[in-house]
Amino acid sequence: MRGAGVALIVFVALVAALASSLTPHAAHYIFPDRAYAPPMLIHVVGEDGRWRAPFVYPVGLANRLERRYEEDRAHPVTLRWFSRGVVVQQADESRGPWLPLGGDGSGRDVFARLVYGARLSLAVALVATLGALLIGTLVGGIAGAAGGLVDDGLMRLSDFVLVLPAMYVVLSLRAALPLVLPTSQVFALVAGILAVVGWPIVARGVRAIVAAERERDYAQAARALGMGRGRLLVRHLLPAARGFVATQATLLAAAFILAEATLSYVGLGFPDPAVSWGVMLQEAANVAAISDAPWTLAPAAAIFLVVLAVNLIVQSPSPAARASAPRGSPQPGAGLGARL
Amino acid sequence: MIRYLVTRLAFSVLLVAVVSSAALLLTRIAPGDITSEQVGAGVSARAIEAERARLGLDRPVGEQYARWVGRAVRLDFGTSLMYGRPVAGLVAERARNTAVLAVVALLLATMIGLPLGVVSGSRTSVVAAAIRAASLLALSLPSLVSSLLLVFVAARTGWLPTGGMTSIDAAEAGGWLGAAADLARHLILPACAIALPLAATIERIQSEATASTLREPFVAAALARGVPPGRMLWRNTLKPALRPVTSIFGLVFGGLLSGSFVVEIVSSWPGLGRLMFDALRSRDLYLVAGCAAAGGVFLALGALVSDLALVAIDPRLRGREEAGS
Repeated sequence: MRGAGVALIVFVALVAALASSLTPHAAHYIFPDRAYAPPMLIHVVGEDGRWRAPFVYPVGLANRLERRYEEDRAHPVTLRWFSRGVVVQQADESRGPWLPLGGDGSGRDVFARLVYGARLSLAVALVATLGALLIGTLVGGIAGAAGGLVDDGLMRLSDFVLVLPAMYVVLSLRAALPLVLPTSQVFALVAGILAVVGWPIVARGVRAIVAAERERDYAQAARALGMGRGRLLVRHLLPAARGFVATQATLLAAAFILAEATLSYVGLGFPDPAVSWGVMLQEAANVAAISDAPWTLAPAAAIFLVVLAVNLIVQSPSPAARASAPRGSPQPGAGLGARL
Repeated sequence: MIRYLVTRLAFSVLLVAVVSSAALLLTRIAPGDITSEQVGAGVSARAIEAERARLGLDRPVGEQYARWVGRAVRLDFGTSLMYGRPVAGLVAERARNTAVLAVVALLLATMIGLPLGVVSGSRTSVVAAAIRAASLLALSLPSLVSSLLLVFVAARTGWLPTGGMTSIDAAEAGGWLGAAADLARHLILPACAIALPLAATIERIQSEATASTLREPFVAAALARGVPPGRMLWRNTLKPALRPVTSIFGLVFGGLLSGSFVVEIVSSWPGLGRLMFDALRSRDLYLVAGCAAAGGVFLALGALVSDLALVAIDPRLRGREEAGS
C-alpha cells in the first residue's frame, strides 16, 4: 500500500520533470479546428482485425457548427518511439496533431497542458510545504523547548489559525493583495499564503514531541552537562520529530496542490498564460463543457491520483512514524478530508 | 456548567469580533475599492471622488473602522456597497442556505460513515476490506474533485440539476410541497459532494475507534457473560467508541465551511461562500466583514455542539465539571 503510494508520487514527479520529453507540443499552442477535439486513443488492432504496431486514427472536424469530429479510419498514423527527444509521437503530423487527451475549449493539447501544468502545481505546493514546515518546526520547537508563557502564547495562536476555515483565509489573503501580477510574483504570493495557513498543525505536533522529549533522561543529562538550550533543541529534540514532520509534509503537499487548484479555478491563482492544474480546471467551470468534453476534467483526475497516493502513504504509516507520533497530535488517520 | 458556557461564549464573541475586524481591515487596506471598476468605465475622476466620499471610503482607516465597530455592536452591520442592501439581511439569507447545505452534508456523512466504520472496525472479512478500499477512494476525492465529478454525472445523465438552489417554475408547480421537493433535488448534488470525503473521514476514524474499543477488557468480560456480540457491538461498544469522531466534529465544521465554499462555486449554490467571494472581489468591505462574522458564528456553534456532544456521550467529563474544574 505504502509502496504503491510512493510509486505514484514518484511517477507524477517524473512526469512533471520530463514534461518536455513526453509531448512534442507546447502547452499554450492553439491548434486550429481542435476546440474540444476528442482524445485520440492508441490502437493496436487495425480495421482488418490484425495486430499492428501502435497507431492512432487522425481526427478531422466533420461539422464545425455541431463541433463534431470524425476519425479517419482509412489512414492510420503509426507512432514513433524515442525519436527527436520525445518518448512517443506521431510519425507524421501532416494529418493533424496527436492529442492523446483531446483538446480544450481553445484547441490546446490537454495532455501537454497536463504534464507541463504539473510543474507549476507541484512546485508551488513544494515551496509552500517547505515554508509551512519551516514556520511550524520553528514555532513548535521554540514553544516546546521554552515552555511557560511563550509556549502558551504560541500554541493559542496556532490553535486560533487552526480553527479558521483554511480556504477562506487563503482566499481573503489572496483577494486582499493585488489581483493582476506576473506569474513569478503570483507564485511567491500563493506559496507564501499557503505556508502561513498551513503551519499550525506542524507546530502543534512538533511542540508535543519536543516538550515530551525535553523531559527524558538524556535531554536532562545534556542540560546538566552544560549543553545550551538552542543546541539541545536543534541537535536532539527536533530530530525526534522527524517522522511526524515527514508525514505532515506529504499531507500538506497534497492539500496545497488542491488549494492552488481551487484558487486558480475561481480566478485568484495563476493568470492564463501560465499553466497549472487549477488554471486548466477553469475550462470545467462551464457545465456544457464538462458534459460534452469530460477530458477537460483530466487535471481533476490528476489531483485525485496525488491525493490517493498521499492517503495510501499516510493510512499505512511506517512503524517509525507511528512510534514517534505524539499522543493527542492530529491523527494522520483523519486524512485530507478534514484539512481543506 | 454555567462557567463553561460563559467561557465558551466569551471565546465565541472574541472569535467573531477578531475575524470580522480582520476581514474588514484587510479589505480596506487592500489596493483598490468598490469604485475601481468605474475608472475604466469612463466615469470622471470627480464623480468617483464624490462617490467615495458618499460611501465614507475617503476617511482614514482608523476612523472608518471605529464607526463600523460603533454600529456593529448595535447589530447594524452597514449597507452592502455592491447590492445596496443591508448586510445583515443579505448575509442571513445566504448563511441560511449554507447552513442547510452543511447540516444535510454532515448528517449524510455521519449516517453513511459511522455504521460503515463500526462494521469495518469490527470484522476482518471481505466486507471490511471493501469498505476500507471504498473509503480510501472517497477520501481521495476532495470536494473540488467530487463536485466536478458529480456535475459531470448530473449533466450527462440529466437525473439531477447541475446547479442553483431552485428551479424557475418550482413555485407555481406544486406549492409548498413542490418547492420543498425542488430544493431537495437541488440539494443532492452539493450535499453529496461535501459528504463523500467527509463520510470517508468519519468511517476511518470510527473504524479505528471501534477496533481499539473492542480490545478493551470490559468487552471480553461482557461477551464471556453471554451478551450477544451484535448487541455488544452496536450498543455497549458504540458509545465509548464515539469519542474520537465526536471530538473531530469541531474541527470538521471549519473543514465543512471550506469544503462548502468550493462546492457552492462549482454548483452555483447561493451560499455564504459565494457571497464572500463576490464581496472580496469587488472590495465590498462591509459585506466581507458581515460574511466573516457569520463564518465565525458558524465555527463557534460547531465547537459548542461538538463539546456538548462529547459531554453527552462521556459521563467522565460531566464528573469533572461538577468537581469544579
